[in-house]
Amino acid sequence: MSRFIVRRLILAVPTLLMISFVLFAVLSLAPGDPLSQFAANPAVPPEVRENIKRSLGLDQPWPIRYVKWLWSMLQGDWGFSFGSRIPVWELLKLRIPSTLAVVGVAYLVSLVLALPIGIISALRQYSVMDHVATTLAFFGFSLPTFFTGLLLIITFSVKLQLLPFIYDSTLQVHDLDTLGTQLKQSIMPIAVLALFQTATVVRYTRASVLENLPLDYVRTARAKGLAQPTVIGRHVVRNSLIPVVTLVALSAPTVFSGALITEQIFRVPGIGSLLVNSIQNSDTPVVMAITFTFSVLVVLFNLIADVIYGVLDPRIRYD
Amino acid sequence: MRRTAYLLSAWTLVLAACGPAAQPAAPTTAPAAQPTTAAAAKPTTAPAATTAPAPAATTAPAPAATTAPAAAKPTEAAKPAAGGRGAGALLKILYWQAPTILNSHLAQGTKDYDAARLVIEPLAAAGPDGKPVALLAAEVPTLDNGGVSKDLKTVTWKLKPGIKWSDGSDFTADDVVFTYQYMADEKTAATDSEFTVGVQDVTAKDPTTVVVTWKDPNPNPYQLFVSGQGNIIQKKQFQEFMGEKAKDAPGNLKPIGTGPYKVTDFKPGDVVTYEINDNYRDKDKPFFKQVQFKGGGDATSAARAVFQTGDFDYGWNLQVESQVLNQLMQGGKGDMITATSGNVERLLINFADPNAPGDERSEPTTKHPFFSDLNVRKAFAMAVDRKSMAEQLYGVAGKPTCNIVSAPEDVVSKNTDSMDVCKYDIAAANKLLDDAGWAKGSDGIREKAGQKMSVIYQTTVNPLRQKEQDIVKKGWEQLGVQVELKSVDAGVFFSSDAGNPDTAGHFFTDVEMFTNGPEQPDTTNYLAGWLSTKIAQKSNDWRQSNYHRWSNPEYDALWNQLKTETDANKRKDLVIKMNDMLVSQVVVIPMVARTSPTSGKSKQLQGNKPNPWDSELWNVADWTKTP
Repeated sequence: MSRFIVRRLILAVPTLLMISFVLFAVLSLAPGDPLSQFAANPAVPPEVRENIKRSLGLDQPWPIRYVKWLWSMLQGDWGFSFGSRIPVWELLKLRIPSTLAVVGVAYLVSLVLALPIGIISALRQYSVMDHVATTLAFFGFSLPTFFTGLLLIITFSVKLQLLPFIYDSTLQVHDLDTLGTQLKQSIMPIAVLALFQTATVVRYTRASVLENLPLDYVRTARAKGLAQPTVIGRHVVRNSLIPVVTLVALSAPTVFSGALITEQIFRVPGIGSLLVNSIQNSDTPVVMAITFTFSVLVVLFNLIADVIYGVLDPRIRYD
Repeated sequence: MRRTAYLLSAWTLVLAACGPAAQPAAPTTAPAAQPTTAAAAKPTTAPAATTAPAPAATTAPAPAATTAPAAAKPTEAAKPAAGGRGAGALLKILYWQAPTILNSHLAQGTKDYDAARLVIEPLAAAGPDGKPVALLAAEVPTLDNGGVSKDLKTVTWKLKPGIKWSDGSDFTADDVVFTYQYMADEKTAATDSEFTVGVQDVTAKDPTTVVVTWKDPNPNPYQLFVSGQGNIIQKKQFQEFMGEKAKDAPGNLKPIGTGPYKVTDFKPGDVVTYEINDNYRDKDKPFFKQVQFKGGGDATSAARAVFQTGDFDYGWNLQVESQVLNQLMQGGKGDMITATSGNVERLLINFADPNAPGDERSEPTTKHPFFSDLNVRKAFAMAVDRKSMAEQLYGVAGKPTCNIVSAPEDVVSKNTDSMDVCKYDIAAANKLLDDAGWAKGSDGIREKAGQKMSVIYQTTVNPLRQKEQDIVKKGWEQLGVQVELKSVDAGVFFSSDAGNPDTAGHFFTDVEMFTNGPEQPDTTNYLAGWLSTKIAQKSNDWRQSNYHRWSNPEYDALWNQLKTETDANKRKDLVIKMNDMLVSQVVVIPMVARTSPTSGKSKQLQGNKPNPWDSELWNVADWTKTP
């Protein structure tokens, strides 16, 4: 097993190098620069803009900038943001708490909800509960988050005036009161994200459990006289979870990248909104840091998924 | 917008290659796209410049709004802060673009200038009528009080005595001198370095006297240290961080200032919190104990937060489709505040030939096949329905104008109203073209000597602009002109990239449209944009401001006169004369004078004075709130 992991990690290096090269190339070749905001502004004439570009190191050709970026990145230096003139890492650090508080929690909530719902739905196929769950799941992934988000805002913020729809990241939770405020302001974005994510996982789980139920090994287990909970818990669920694990593990990195739309709608200062704004302002170092970290996480979680397969399914051997 | 979509999809592709996980992250572009376009950079001015009309902005007037013409009285008289300093609790300001830096000399847009202005101040603000209002200065230097020398080469600023920085140290003339050095240092790469051009020297005569010496007589004594681009920073905090080290200054995120507030917490790209600067010079101000300046999101939901839920007291740049805006305003919780600015949405005519072969393309040596005829240009101008455009598309955010100088009020020409080129008259326009020998062919398109009258008309990608294009196109088609519309990503259109043929400066089309305006109440620099010495062309990498390739010795002479004229009335006449010349010669077709600010405020919030010439938060120390 450890040999497998080492081999995979070594293989990941060229993959990541390629990814970083493609990302950098795409960013550099895309039109626009951080100063295009100032264009046609008589107060910031082209000479001044050129000078600013020079001070940001943008006067060099992009392959050279790529090599420089790569070199300093390998030394742990992510560069500094063109917009804020502070190290990219500082900027990311500011965004992580809100991202985890909203996107991370939503992810956990969806898992906690989806697995039992999916399993029960499958066991009680065509029951009322199954119909309700299926209907909700279809709503969940057919409705785009910007729509459910707006719907919630209009209902709970505008009509009922119950919840704020602008996330306040300056809030510090230190007692029950502030905890309540924090819950109030994060419940809508969490609900929007969790609805979408839960829907997907519920469908996967249900389908997978249904696939396993009629199989011979389940019948054998029952014939042996095992109790229903043991049959389901030890045999069916364990086998059914394999495809679900793929889905869950591979979507874990998206917690880091944040939720682009939802963050924008509720003004949650997460990594997603940082990414969107940085792309708009051609803040290359920030975009590179986020996208590249995301790539690393995707590669890593692919590996983790593979390892978990081995644990869940003894037939899979990696040596 | 397209760029965002492009990058995001490219990114998604990369992810897709890594594994199926990419799927939930993909459906993104829509809301994300909004902020891109509407970057409005006022104090740097040209909100215009940036990218112009807010993306969503559209249709029809919003009747409920209270509008204050630039020079006229503000909507509400500024009341003294009722309960004195700190009587109010929290002021909540919402910008749909988030500030990323609070040192305004490295600012990237309006958001940064405005967020900085609560903390750092210039010597004088540019007032709503364009006249300076002393802040750190004891009085505004003028020729009359001897602050400005007779030869217009030195300006002497007397500072208010006893002013302290928020850290308790004394504010002195040295800080002002340092600010100049900081801005002027090329390695600092200050965005407002242009305002130091022409300065010979800035010296501190004594701790409360600063002398600015110009290389040449400067008729605009308020070029430096006035309005948001002239904010004074503390020498002690920034002296180690001039030049290349500018980016490392901790003060970029937490400047020490003389303004009514100081920064307590700043999360770049998200939110700034401020509290009262205990050392602020006016003991009765400011009214609010704390200010929260939140950024991000989009204009529509910002309007919702001010007008419908009342979560925020002030919302910046709410150029929302006016139907939607009206509906939101029915909540009755707020008003719009606007003022006519100098920013004019205009059509530029190309005097060179955009279809000339090879390197000759749009070079000033070539001649446009039909725009070189004044009567043809006139006909084009007369077929532009600026009134419908302003009413249907801009609403409260703009009014029709036929002047290229639309503010300050005292230099706005009254002569253009009666000019025939300013009247929307399709029949007369058709007659002009008939008389000029342009006859309609069998396809309904006018032609003369084998030259078809067909134009390519470009602008930026922006829903509002595309609707404007439709209105103009409809008018021109009624003249028998073939019109091809083109829209370019704003980032490209306004870039200074010499290698990209789609920029406004290359002007490889017949007509183009964008907004521009003077960055200061003094219009000298702005009017220099039509000088024959400033023609954008290949030899200067299209980096000059005369995109029209128009040259007129008479205009050049008028400008040279303006440059040295000191008499205020004569200056006024010159500006009006130049405006009239540009309009009557149809070098440019002005259409809509846009408002700035175009913001929303809660009904309880008092004391805002809409001001197109400075940060819209310029008098935030005077704001109060009724219960």
